[in-house]
Amino acid sequence: MSFSNAVRELSYADALYEATVQEMERDDNVFVFGLGVDDPKGMYGTTKDLHHRFGAKRNFDTPLSEDAMTGVAIGAALAGMRPIHVHQRMDFLLLCMNQLINVAAKWSYMFGGAFRVPLVVRAIVGRSWGQGAQHSQSLHAHFMHVPGIKVVAPTTPHDAKGCMIAAIRDNNPVIVVEHRMLYSNRGMVPSEPYTVEFGKARVLTQGGDLTIVAISHMVVEAVRASHHLAEVGIHAEVIDPVSLSPLDAQTIQTSVQKTRRLLVVDHSWVETSAASEIVALVAESLNGDPGVRFKRMGFAPVPCPTTKPLENLFYPNSRTIAQAGYRLVTNREDWVPEGKEANEIAEFKGPF
Amino acid sequence: MVTKNCTESQLLSELYRGMYRIRFVEERIVKIYHTDKIKSPVHLSIGQEAPSVGVCAALRPTDVVFGTYRGHALYLAKGGDLNRMVAELYGKASGVAKGKAGSMHLADASVLMMGTSAIVATTIPHAVGYALAEKFRGRDTVVAVFFGDGASEEGVLHESANFAALHMLPVLFVCENNFYAIHTPLKSRVPMPNYCARMEAYGIPSRKILRNNVLETAQTAGEMIGQMREGRIGPAFLEIETYRWREHVGPGEDWALGYRSREEAEPWIRGDEVERIGCQLDLDVRTSIDHAVEMEVETAFRLAEEAAFPSDEELLTDVFQ
Ligand SMILES: Cc1ncc(C[n+]2csc(CCOP(=O)(O)OP(=O)(O)O)c2C)c(N)n1
Ligand SMILES: [Mg+2]
Repeated sequence: MSFSNAVRELSYADALYEATVQEMERDDNVFVFGLGVDDPKGMYGTTKDLHHRFGAKRNFDTPLSEDAMTGVAIGAALAGMRPIHVHQRMDFLLLCMNQLINVAAKWSYMFGGAFRVPLVVRAIVGRSWGQGAQHSQSLHAHFMHVPGIKVVAPTTPHDAKGCMIAAIRDNNPVIVVEHRMLYSNRGMVPSEPYTVEFGKARVLTQGGDLTIVAISHMVVEAVRASHHLAEVGIHAEVIDPVSLSPLDAQTIQTSVQKTRRLLVVDHSWVETSAASEIVALVAESLNGDPGVRFKRMGFAPVPCPTTKPLENLFYPNSRTIAQAGYRLVTNREDWVPEGKEANEIAEFKGPF
Repeated sequence: MVTKNCTESQLLSELYRGMYRIRFVEERIVKIYHTDKIKSPVHLSIGQEAPSVGVCAALRPTDVVFGTYRGHALYLAKGGDLNRMVAELYGKASGVAKGKAGSMHLADASVLMMGTSAIVATTIPHAVGYALAEKFRGRDTVVAVFFGDGASEEGVLHESANFAALHMLPVLFVCENNFYAIHTPLKSRVPMPNYCARMEAYGIPSRKILRNNVLETAQTAGEMIGQMREGRIGPAFLEIETYRWREHVGPGEDWALGYRSREEAEPWIRGDEVERIGCQLDLDVRTSIDHAVEMEVETAFRLAEEAAFPSDEELLTDVFQ
């Protein structure tokens, strides 16, 4: 296959699909498996016809046996293959924890570097239409806690493709966190294969008043929040870490040294979170500089409720983020930005 | 709930009433789903009413059930409150869980339906633990747990069955075999779908019910449960062949997706168990059951529509007891 490196607009889902196709073409050891990957809906289109293109051996469905299937993926990786194990909800990874944390994350170090587990785990985060407590969790912090496993959460189609290719080529286990509210987002994507380096954050908007670091779908809401803030003369620098482990603390620190205010918007609960980690890293690097102010935001400290009015309160949105930023900068609470629910959320229709 | 000594025709009309009620409720859900008033993924049991109704007919009100996200049928068959169930689907404060559960997590301690989960197979060991506790305290409670064919692939079923057999616990494992896990047919998931033989290997008496037969389900479950109460057997296993008429999740049909055909479904739809049992009743009996059910369901939906959503403060309650 030859590539003329055109840059075209693609959806996030199509970018993931393209990355997978290109890597499967490049390396016969790459294969995809997981519940429903070859079914008619093809994992939101990200695996749609891989079994037709590459044969059923390289894109196949499994029994409902997450624990064993994770072990199977590890076994195949030890044998030199590059499995991509797909989970329709990140919540199902909780059934894989022994294999991921006691094995995949340890096999290199525990045997003195003798073994590698080049495993990609795609974890889709659910939201909307009453996903409720067990189908909406974002468990990236669980994995960030553990040495030996990488965690990335791309938010743009460009980064989705580049992170997926980098994850497949990585010789270590990588969890790719995908948010389903991002799948239809469109953006410019080069047609050639490329990698997005892990451990390098992206500065999405420039501003001198406030740094907002946001994770996964919250990046989209944070960029919207920066527009609200601009209306009242506050200029926010929005940063997308892209990769959570390794984490690019330097880019965030540099921004905070300039803005003196850091708001971190997580896509999970705040307690013991990625947001906590980011704030801690920046605080440590500032060596007690008292002039810098911090704020973490995330899910309400409860399991996700199913009913829509409570679900709306559960998640941060562009307006609540903007308000938090405003408070951080002005110390005042006298502003309520106008706006409505984000399109991708308002327009998303069930049943699932 | 029926008792052992009721006549066959009483039993038939109870079974019919139970199944028709579930069918009518779910068809009502199908009708209104497009209005987006129910913002909750619904896994319907249309076509699969018989397993829940048959097994629950053999249970006492003091017996316990655990189930799955496909839980409307079980909830209603176990005696759950229809008004509170429909309100829950609407996300209203008057729902079973004040709107926090939605369709996937129906549970109600007042009728001893002690949990459902959106994570496949997770409630199976809870039934075993509940049975352990009841046996420990010298009670003759039976615990039934419902799960799909797909759940049988999870290790936890096997670990639970082994433990239940080891301790002779009064658990009725009920596998509703509808031949699919989402869009994946049985044959792509298991080389030998001989569920009864697998459970027999743990020393668990097992029976298979063909063609979604509600009466046979009630009778077989009744026999097994009777033996459990007398302490003659520990756990038992029931595989019930059944068929889902609608898509895995949502109100629609899904023949167009191509993973299964309308022809395959034809015998199940033609042999509709609700209709088959209904035909065996006196017309006036059937008509009065239908009428009562329809009125009850209309009321439940009207009440749910009129009910209020939970207040904002409700977000932070209930995390701990
Ligand atoms: C542990 C786990 N893995 C995967 C899923 C996604 N999932 C939801 S329902 C389902 C199919 C289950 O099939 P079965 O047990 O036969 O029940 P049915 O839906 O047919 O009633 C799957 C794979 C899940 N909810 N939980
Ligand atoms: Mg099934």
